[in-house]
Parts: sequence; C-alpha cells; structure tokens
Amino acid sequence: MDVERIYREESGRILATLIRLLGSFDLAEEVMQEAFAIAIEQWPKQGPPDNPRAWLVSTAHHKAVDLLRRRTRFDSKRDELQRLAEVEQHFSEAEESMLRQDEVGDDRLRLIFTCCHPALSLEAQVALTLRTLCGLSTEEIAHAFLVPLATMAQRLVRAKQKIRDAGIPYQVPARPDLKERLEAVMLVVYLVFNEGYSASSGDAVIRRELCAEAIRLARLICEMLPAESDARALLALMLLHDSRKVARVDGDGDAVLLEDQNRSLWNQNEIREGLTLLDSALRGGAAGAYALQAAIAAHHARASRPQDTDWKQIAALYEALLRVQPSPVVELNHAAAVAMAEGPGAGLRLLDALERKAELCDY
Amino acid sequence: MQYLLLIYGNDEAFGKMSKAEQEGILQEYMEFSKSIAQSGHYRGANELAPVTTATTVRVRDKKRLVTDGPFAETKEQLGGYYLVDAKDLDEAIGLAARLPNARWGSIEIRPIVPHDMP
Repeated sequence: MDVERIYREESGRILATLIRLLGSFDLAEEVMQEAFAIAIEQWPKQGPPDNPRAWLVSTAHHKAVDLLRRRTRFDSKRDELQRLAEVEQHFSEAEESMLRQDEVGDDRLRLIFTCCHPALSLEAQVALTLRTLCGLSTEEIAHAFLVPLATMAQRLVRAKQKIRDAGIPYQVPARPDLKERLEAVMLVVYLVFNEGYSASSGDAVIRRELCAEAIRLARLICEMLPAESDARALLALMLLHDSRKVARVDGDGDAVLLEDQNRSLWNQNEIREGLTLLDSALRGGAAGAYALQAAIAAHHARASRPQDTDWKQIAALYEALLRVQPSPVVELNHAAAVAMAEGPGAGLRLLDALERKAELCDY
Repeated sequence: MQYLLLIYGNDEAFGKMSKAEQEGILQEYMEFSKSIAQSGHYRGANELAPVTTATTVRVRDKKRLVTDGPFAETKEQLGGYYLVDAKDLDEAIGLAARLPNARWGSIEIRPIVPHDMP
C-alpha cells in the first residue's frame, strides 16, 4: 500500500473529518501529519490496515487526545480543558461514523463552506481551499499564484485565526442562505480552475493540478447537493474547457487558437460527460453565467470541424451572457460571434459601437 | 460566543429625515430589541448621542490632551451598539442583517474576547 498515494487521495477527507472532531485547523493538520508519519513507519512492516482512512483518522485522533492532555497538564486554561472534554466525547461517535461514506462527504462539504466563507477575503478563501481541501502545500499555492512563500504562509495563518476567533462555523449553511453561500463557493472553484487553465506563467504541473482539483471539488458539490443545477453547469463548463487542454498548446508551449486546434485531440470522455451534465443542469433551470458559458463551450465541442460551428446560436448565447455578466471581454466575444454568423460587417458595427462607448468612458 | 454589533450610519442623513421616518426607525429598533430578547440573544444595547458631542482624550508623557470630536473624519459614524449572544458568526450575521441601519449604513461585527474576571 502506497502511503504517498493515500496522502494525495485521502488527506483532504481525513483533514475535513479531523477538523470537525477537533474543532481546530492547526491541531487537525498537526496530528494528521503525525498519523501519516506513523503509517510510513508501520505499514511496510505490519502490512496496511483494511481501511487506511479509518486507521489514519483514529490514529490522528488518539494523537490529538494525547497532545491535549499533555498541554493541559502545563497550561490548565479553561478553554483547553473544555476542548479536551469535547474531543474525548467525540471519540466514540467518531469511531462509529468514520466508516460511513456519507459522513465523510458531509465533512468535506462543511469544510468547503468554511473555507469559502464571505467573512474571509477572496484570496484567503482560495488559498485555504487549496491547502485544506486539495492538500496542496503552502509552497505549491504560493507558486501557483506567484506570491512569495512568506506572504502565502501569513495569509493562511491569518485566515485560520479568523475562523477560530470570529467563530466562523463549520457547517453547511441553512436553506435561506445556501444559494448565496454556494455562489461564493462556486466562485472560488472557478477561480482555481481558471488559474490553472489560463495562466501563461508558473509551473505547468501545478497548473494542471489546479484544474483537476477544481473539477474534483465541483464533483463533490454536485454529488452532495444534487438539487443545485448551477453547480452542475459549472462542472460542465470546466469539463468542456478541460477537454481541450492537450490541443490548446503546441509543442513549444504556445497557445493554439480554437479554429486551429487538432480536434481529434479533444478528450471525448470529458465532452460527453460535460454535455450530459449541461443538459441536466439546463433542465434543472440553470440559467446563470456558468450555464451560458457552458452552452457556448458545448457548441464548440459538438462541431467536429470549425466550419460546422453554430455561430448563430453562439452569438445569441453571448447576448444573453451580456445581460447576466456585462464585461468588455464578453462584448468582444459577442461581436466576434456575430461576425462569424452574419458576416464581418455586422461584427464590425458592434465593435465600432463598443469603441465609441470606450471613448465616452475615457472622458 | 458574544459579539458586539457596531451600528454605523450617517448622522446628517438621519437628521434630515422627517419626524415620522425617524420614529418609524426607532420603532423598528424597539421591536428588534424585544424580539432578540425573547430569542435569548440580547445582552445589552445603547444608542449613542451624535458624533458632534464626542470628545477624545489621550495621555502622552503623563499629560492629558483633550480634543473635540473623534480621531478620524469619516462619512459614517458609530451610532450605537448591541451586545449579543450567538452560537457562531453566521448567527451573528443573521442578527446584524436585521438591524435597520444595515439597509443604508453598515454593521461591524466584532467577537468579544473572553477574560476571566478576578
């Protein structure tokens, strides 16, 4: 059993469960590292346990209780004693619930909502999500966002302090707030994806990782909140973009325009899944920016040759997108789609209008 | 946990409102207080006199320096506060969002640091 592989695949879930049981990000991280260290030591000799995750959670939990007992002996502050009592009480419940898959999924979902709480800055939300849910190291995150390591470390420390001191809860928000809070979560997920997808600098391996992690998080959200059609639209959008990842850069690492891409390189599995998800999202009533962008990407994905692209539909979708999310980039894309659908004249007229508006804004 | 909800607003704008409007807002505050007292969140509250009555004192080199007004000039002034019990930040945000001033001013939510009194 490969401890490193388990770390990659399971550390996010293990950490989520430990944070719930221990009520502290730092303590959870500390004891999880210790449990993995013991695993590296023991498993090769004694063979891996039947359920590695359960073993790791329970070992980490024992460590936490030991640690808190030792600390309270020296420092008998009331809140430390109280925490110890709580952790010990959680102990038997934990042993029971650990094996139940649904509880574990719930833990990760709770953690997403904690990490993407609007009381944290957006930068901190992104960093904390990558650190705790995706298991990226502080160094990797600093690298991905081109920020000095010390700055990123500081950002994470502050975010964890705020969660603790301001009482940011570890829970999935109640119904009336869920929609609003889910939007914040989706924004973070999409930011992570875009950072991996569109950054022209930075480590290529880490960037691929960011895309994969964003897709994994979106899958988890869709699985846990199946009624949220906008989340399905977001997952569809990311899959449809990700399907072109091999075709969109050439051998020298330069970007290849959509019409010049070798479409046989597009990942058909991702396209199929993306199209199915989009279909179900639209039937579920998704009509926001993610759904519209996914629908645009779907038209490109369906065209096996550039000349088969349904530009009329794409132009109409951009027009709808302009109403939901007006921006100069969307206006440009809209003009380009109109030019493809109705001829260059129509597109140029839109560009002229756009230019005049820009000049007006300058004054 | 305990949180202090600091109510910010524009004194001048409030002064320009009609008597009826001002009374309506006061009424809303009364009802809010009653409601959160019943739900067990209320710990205390006060309205503050306008910022024109404020005085600032500093002691430097054992000398007292008393000046008129608050330290910084800002558009929004602290107009009052609620001290509430809430189980977490989400609950505190829920309470703060019900305050009338949240609709035109802003509410700052600050956790209280617990200290053991001797």
